[in-house]
Amino acid sequence: MGLDPLTLLAIVLMALATYATRAGGLWLANRFELSERAGAWLDAIPGAILVSLVAPTVLTSGLAEALAAVAVVVVALRSGSLPLAMVTGVVAVVLLRAVVAGLA
Amino acid sequence: MQQENAVHKEERVTFTLAGALAGARKCVPVAISGCATGLVFGTLAGQAGLGVGEAALMSAFVFSGAAQFLVLGLWASPLPLAAIVLTTLIVGLRHLLMGAALGPVFSRLPRLKAYGSVYFMADENWALTMGEFDKGRRDGAFLLGGGLLDVFAWTTSTFVGGAFGGAVEDPARWGLDFAFTAIFLALIASMWKGKTNILPWTVAAAVSVAAHHWLPGQWYILLGGLAGSFAGVVRRGP
Repeated sequence: MGLDPLTLLAIVLMALATYATRAGGLWLANRFELSERAGAWLDAIPGAILVSLVAPTVLTSGLAEALAAVAVVVVALRSGSLPLAMVTGVVAVVLLRAVVAGLA
Repeated sequence: MQQENAVHKEERVTFTLAGALAGARKCVPVAISGCATGLVFGTLAGQAGLGVGEAALMSAFVFSGAAQFLVLGLWASPLPLAAIVLTTLIVGLRHLLMGAALGPVFSRLPRLKAYGSVYFMADENWALTMGEFDKGRRDGAFLLGGGLLDVFAWTTSTFVGGAFGGAVEDPARWGLDFAFTAIFLALIASMWKGKTNILPWTVAAAVSVAAHHWLPGQWYILLGGLAGSFAGVVRRGP
């Protein structure tokens, strides 16, 4: 388990770079007096980012992923339980992929 | 740096042990599926020429799955340091947006707690934290609690993956690649407030799908997030 100095340097630089991006947004938000509009924009970020994270997987992977996504949303809305929604998604996508592969 | 925020002015912000524990508890499913990804990362890092200890250190200090997987593709001798750092920065750009969204609540925490906590901000615990804030539970330690559990799971699973490389099969076979998607979908469902969400979320989905199709890497998250959140403001008018 040898540690190469150049590798360590790369890891330290990567750590600094990610921390800069993690702290930078908060720093900028703290810097400025927030107008109502800016507040509304910040409020809209979480939903927009979450939708962007999942949209390509859900909408362009195939039928199995799209249907599994519907199942997850239904279970999440009914139960309000995150773990249950996750298990539903994992089980549904495995079953649906098998079905879709069987049909193809 | 005590300043008034236009939003959430009236609610109290706390930073408690109970909040950290709640954050960790909420992150358990995330940490479990994170372990599967960590095992894969540890395995691939070994194949790319990183030692087990080096891979685990990277997971502990960089703590960014997307950046870490991408730089493995760049790993060569001699190490292209500039390309590695640039890639990390570009992948991390979405963190700027996520950190800004924490601003209204985190700006009212002591600076050390706020800037210490964001060190542990990853997509998953950030998303869970925003869900908590959305429900009016404003404990800043929630992010830290979830992040600590996450980084522990991510680092140990990287180590195990590196030490017993090859033992991990394709996570897609077990549907584990869909675990994070399911968690994010459930959070989206819990954030639904009605018709006001339709336009920003449709714009976010359209832009991210387009960017995912035509641009390399992770740009789709940042571009979709920016477009969707701006659409949410424009809709309100001046």
